[in-house]
This record gives sequence, structure tokens and C-alpha cells, in this order.
Amino acid sequence: MTDDHGPLTEGYDRTPQHSSHHIPKIMMMGLRRCGKSSICQVMFHNMPPLDTLYIESTSSPSTTVFSSFIDFAVVELPGQTNAVDPGNEELERLFTESGALIYVIDSQDEYINSLSNLHSIITRAVEVNPKINIEVFIHKVDGLSEDFRLDAQRDITQRVTDELLDDGLLNVPLSFHLTSIFDHSVYEAFSRVVQKQIPQLATLENLLNVVCQHSGIEKAFLFDIKSKIFVATDSSPMDVATYEICTDFIDITVDMDSLYTIDHSQTPALKAADTAFGNELDGTDPTFNKSKPIGSTTRLNNGLILYLQQMVKGLALVCLMRKESMPKIALVEYNIEFFRNALEQLRLLTV
Amino acid sequence: MAATARRKLLLMGRSGSGKSSMRSIIFSNYSAFDTRRLGATIDVEHQNLRFLGNLTLNLWDCGGQDAYMDNYFSSQRDNIFQMVEALIFVFDVESKELRKDIETFVLCLRNLYEFSPGARIFALVHKMDLVVVEKRQDVYKALMHSLEDTSAMFSFKVQGFATTIWDESLYKAWSNIVCSLIPNVGIFQKHLQSFADISEVDEVILFEKTSFLVISHVTGNRSPGFKSDSTRFEKISNIIKQFKQSCNKLRSQFQSLSLRGSDCSAYIDSMTASTMIMVVMANRAVPDDGTNGDDAVDGSSAVNLLADQDPFSGEAENNIILANIKIARKMFEKIENLSLE
Ligand SMILES: Nc1nc2c(ncn2[C@@H]2O[C@H](COP(=O)(O)OP(=O)(O)OP(=O)(O)O)[C@@H](O)[C@H]2O)c(=O)[nH]1
Ligand SMILES: Nc1nc2c(ncn2[C@@H]2O[C@H](COP(=O)(O)OP(=O)(O)OP(=O)(O)O)[C@@H](O)[C@H]2O)c(=O)[nH]1
Ligand SMILES: [Mg+2]
Ligand SMILES: [Mg+2]
Repeated sequence: MTDDHGPLTEGYDRTPQHSSHHIPKIMMMGLRRCGKSSICQVMFHNMPPLDTLYIESTSSPSTTVFSSFIDFAVVELPGQTNAVDPGNEELERLFTESGALIYVIDSQDEYINSLSNLHSIITRAVEVNPKINIEVFIHKVDGLSEDFRLDAQRDITQRVTDELLDDGLLNVPLSFHLTSIFDHSVYEAFSRVVQKQIPQLATLENLLNVVCQHSGIEKAFLFDIKSKIFVATDSSPMDVATYEICTDFIDITVDMDSLYTIDHSQTPALKAADTAFGNELDGTDPTFNKSKPIGSTTRLNNGLILYLQQMVKGLALVCLMRKESMPKIALVEYNIEFFRNALEQLRLLTV
Repeated sequence: MAATARRKLLLMGRSGSGKSSMRSIIFSNYSAFDTRRLGATIDVEHQNLRFLGNLTLNLWDCGGQDAYMDNYFSSQRDNIFQMVEALIFVFDVESKELRKDIETFVLCLRNLYEFSPGARIFALVHKMDLVVVEKRQDVYKALMHSLEDTSAMFSFKVQGFATTIWDESLYKAWSNIVCSLIPNVGIFQKHLQSFADISEVDEVILFEKTSFLVISHVTGNRSPGFKSDSTRFEKISNIIKQFKQSCNKLRSQFQSLSLRGSDCSAYIDSMTASTMIMVVMANRAVPDDGTNGDDAVDGSSAVNLLADQDPFSGEAENNIILANIKIARKMFEKIENLSLE
């Protein structure tokens, strides 16, 4: 039984009991105060960025289970310089279980210390698990000027790769991202990290390409509604402004939808209908008594149209179109329905 | 051209209390973040705003630094306090000199009593985000209590709001302030009511286009069990206003929104040159068999059944609403341009 029309947003589970042993992991490491907890809180727990000022230092590993097209667990390790003491079996086990290691560097601080820390971590991690993706977040770039950001990225990339070369480590899967919790950059970076963990990514991208080509859609994103991570996008070029308006559009759709509800206990006819359709709604929480997938459309005065349709399990497809495509809206809807079915089948294959 | 009404609003309060911030958010498309760039206001900044076809809001944003304040109550006294329609006094909850703030408030009342005895008095207890949630109500009540007593001495009735730029409370306050100044707000209300009756919808809300302040709303009570958030009006203002800013970043403007929600459908579109309308309809329950559908004809229940399977339905219903909006548009344009004395 799939909960295809289930609650709009899936809950995240911070407690590791949720059998997080078996789901793929993404590790987060970095020196103290570099911003690891802030990234997790902003991305997965809807914390306003300014409130991260009050986050306390993390003292033991903490896990956030993320449940979307794929399930995975984000494991934040406390910041420390000597993380890779030899014989740290716990850490080695994590390396083997993880598909990606996000290393966060505070770009507003002297980053020399973190580079040597990063180097020892990479060396150890790829020794244990050569396939682990190393994702370096050059973080807090909101404090740097545009030029300075690119300089920092160039400098850090250079130093890290040089040092790895010196050690004869050639084929480390290594990427660098400029991030900040005060804009959309951290969402984009995290999306890229997650996408590499999705085995069906190529299939999803192909499907999206097909949908776009046949429906006059310029750009399509498959989003995780709650975290704003995009699981996949079509292969047309992407700019940050488009991504931003799409995430904002998800926000207003969800916010507007939450303002009006039907209390199903007062409408007996509907309650009967619900159980007849076999939905696992228990009626305790009115906000979860929602059975219909949501959608929305907005028009802008320059002829752009944003079209959102909720898909399976907390995912939404957001498409950017021109108003010239609107007469073909029935076709667009048909193709999106086709995409939803394909998505459902892909998901069935994975579980 | 129809005669326009001018309404003078005084914005008063200590320096740094947030007067220019709220003005910029409501009327000039600033985000809450942007307000950190604002410098202290020099003397008085005047802002003239066209609000609905024939109403001009004349905002006097009075810089709160002591040197300016002293002038307002001495040499500039009659200039400042004449012809005032509304005083909006902003209290900073973080102020260390609350007593002095209240004294300034009383001075304003004294002068208004003399120069503009008909003025409406609004007190905004502002920056509420800086008070812990459990204490907000107490802080607000305590201050309002003392203000009510002093206002009564000058036979003014003060209306209070707890506000912060970081949530929708600001929109609630300003919607109330502005609505109290719109001369034909009752006519808007009346026609919105008949629009709701004719279109058989669950709610209709009318917004001013640029500020997105709520001007008028009608709730239909048509669908049993249909519930709405009690703070939805100011929330919608806030949500759409923020989305308008996102659209501006793409160098473009928000035009319309159609929501196919889980429990309702909603539609936002232009009404007149200066208003937008939002129409809300609860998703109709689909009778599980033909017998207990209230008055469903055979044909219509067939459509409904289809509708239940197709998540993209509701187009037909939307088209009816669109047609109704189109018809109502002419009427509302007339009201908007009613000649005012
Ligand atoms: N300017 C800026 N500050 C940030 C950003 N991300 C996090 N911070 C700040 O960095 C500080 C430390 O953040 P934490 O998230 O606690 O850092 P951490 O890596 O979890 O630290 P430990 O748990 O001690 O290892 C906080 O004051 C955050 O507000 C960012 O993108 N930009
Ligand atoms: N925390 C918080 N800060 C606010 C709020 N409203 C305004 N501020 C901040 O307060 C500061 C001063 O705001 P202004 O609007 O310039 O104050 P003002 O009343 O116009 O001051 P004068 O022009 O000198 O009279 C700005 O940095 C705003 O960002 C609020 O609701 N909460
Ligand atoms: Mg931490
Ligand atoms: Mg000012």
C-alpha cells in the first residue's frame, strides 16, 4: 500500500531509533562553530536563519532522518580537530555506511586549520570507503564580497587538491560549494549532494526532459516539499533566480493551503468516503486529514507561469512555463500525470 | 476626475521604535531584513500614497530624536497637529524610558485635543518578537491599560495592537488603521456580500493592490465543517506580499494565483486598478452513493465522480468564478471612483 496521497509533508525524525542503521547516511563534519547544526536546523527543522545564533555546541553525534524520494540520515559529528585518531572504530564504521561526507569550512574565519583537519579526514575516509563523495561547503559566504567568494573557492580548491596529489590520492570524488544559510545557496548545494545518492537520478532526469519537451515547459524541478531540496531537474540550464522563485512558490502554496481545512468529523458523508478509499487517516489531527494532493498556478506579468503539483510522498513538481503554453494546459496536466505514475513505479522498485 | 480625499496620518514614537520600518514594509515593498538599512529619520518625512482610486494617505513619519521632538511640541506645533485624521504612536517594547514615552504620547493627545479633536488614536506596542512568547500578552495589556486611562482624560479612545515586523501582526494593525480612514468602506462591504451570495463561495476577501492590506471580507458559512485560521487575513497579506517581492527579484510582477488545495480551492486575481480579490471555496464532499447527495442531479454527480479521480479538476468551477469576477469588476470600479467630499 503506498501512501501516495499521504500527508503533504513527511515528518523528520531526529531520534536515531527509526532504524537508521539500514538507510544511507550523509555525514557532516567540520571544526567547532563552523555551522553544521545551523545547516541542519535551517534545512530540516524550519529554523529561521537568525535563530541559529542561539544554537548550542553539539556534544555528541546527532542524527536527522530525512524521508523523501529516498530515505537517508544526516549525521552531524561534534566539531573537533583530532577526529581521526587511529583506532576510532565508530568513525570508520560511519565512513563505510555513508554515501557522502559534507565538510563545512567557516569562510569568515582563518581556514588554514580546517584545511589540515579536512585533509586528514579525507585520507582516512577514502581509505575505508573509496566511493564516499567528499562535499566541501565553503560556508558563511554571506559575509564575503562576490570577488572574495570566488577567490576563497579557488584558493581552497587548489590547496586541498594539491595536498591530496602530494599523497598520491588521485581519484577522490571531491566537490566544492559556496554556501550560506541566509540565502538559497545551502539548499542548492545540499540538493546536489542528495542527488548523487539517488540511484535513479538519470531515469528521473530523462523523465523530466521528456515531460518538458512535450508540454512546452521551460524548466521543471522535482522538490522535496519540506526541505526544498530538489531531487532532480531537467537538463536545461538552471539559474538561481528560477530556483528561488520555485521554492518561494512552494512556501506560499503550503502556507495558503494550511489556512483552510475541513473538519471531517462534522461531515459524515465525507468521512465515510475516506474510509471507503482506504486512506490511513485516523482523524486525530485535523491537518493530516487531508487527502487530496495539492496544486497551484501563478501568473506573472511578464508572461511567466509557475505550475505546482504535489506528487508522491512529500514531493512536488514545480514547472516554469510561458503563457503561450497555457492553451495546452490539458496536455501539460496529462504529461504530469504520466510523470507521477512513472515516479510511483520507480519508488515501488526501490522499496 | 473625481474629487479625492486626503487623510493625514501622524507616525510618532521614540527614535528607533520602528516607524520608518513599518511604513517601508507596508507601503514601499521592503522586506523585514531591508529595514536594517534605514537611517534615523531627519525631521519629518512625508509620503503621499494613492490608496484606492480616490483616497490619498498623507503619512507624516516624524523622526523621533529629541531635538526634532522638542520642535514638534513647540515651534512646529500647529503645523504638525492640524488636520490629523489618525495618530499612530509606536512604542518600542525594549525602551528603557517607558515613562518618557508615555509622556510624549500624552503630549500628542493634548495637542490633538486642541488642533484635531476628531483624530483616531492607535497605539502599536512594537518589536514584540523581542519579548518571550509567554509574556507578550501581559506586556501588551499592562501598557494598554495605562494608555486607555490617559486617553480617556482627553476623551479619546485608543485602539491598540501588538506588532512586530517579523510576522503578520503588522498587517492586522495597518489594515485596521487604513480601513478606519476609507470613506466608502461600507459600500465595498455591501457589494462584496452580494458577490459572495451570488457566487455561492465560502469566503471573499478584498485587498488593496500595492500594500496588500485587507479592505473588506465576507465569510459565507456555506460548507459544514469548513474551518479557517482566525488570523488568516493578515497571514494572506504577509504571504502574498513576500511572494510579490520574490517576483520582483525576477524583474516581474505578481498577477494571479490559483490554489487547488487539499480542502479548498482559492483564487486571487486583480479586481480593479487598485484592488485584488481572493475567492475561497471548500472542496465539496463527494457523496459515496447517489442517494444521500443533497440535491445532486445525475449529470452533476457524474462530473463530481470524475473530479475526484482527476487531481487537476476544478477548472470548470474556476471558470465560473472567473466569469463572476469579471461581472463584478465594473461594479467595483464604480465604487472605487465614487466622488468623495
Ligand atoms: N554569517 C553566517 N553565520 C552562520 C552561518 N551558518 C551558521 N552561522 C553561525 O555560526 C555559528 C555556529 O553555528 P553552529 O551551527 O552551532 O556550528 P556547529 O558547526 O554546529 O558547531 P559545533 O556543534 O560546536 O561543532 C552560529 O552563531 C550561527 O548563527 C552562515 O551561513 N552565515
Ligand atoms: N526586533 C525588531 N526590530 C525592529 C522591529 N521594527 C523595526 N526594527 C528595527 O529597529 C531599527 C530602527 O527602526 P526605524 O524604523 O529606523 O526606527 P524609527 O522609529 O523610524 O526611528 P527614527 O527615524 O529615528 O525616529 C531598525 O534597525 C529596524 O530593523 C521589530 O518589530 N522587531
Ligand atoms: Mg553543532
Ligand atoms: Mg524613521
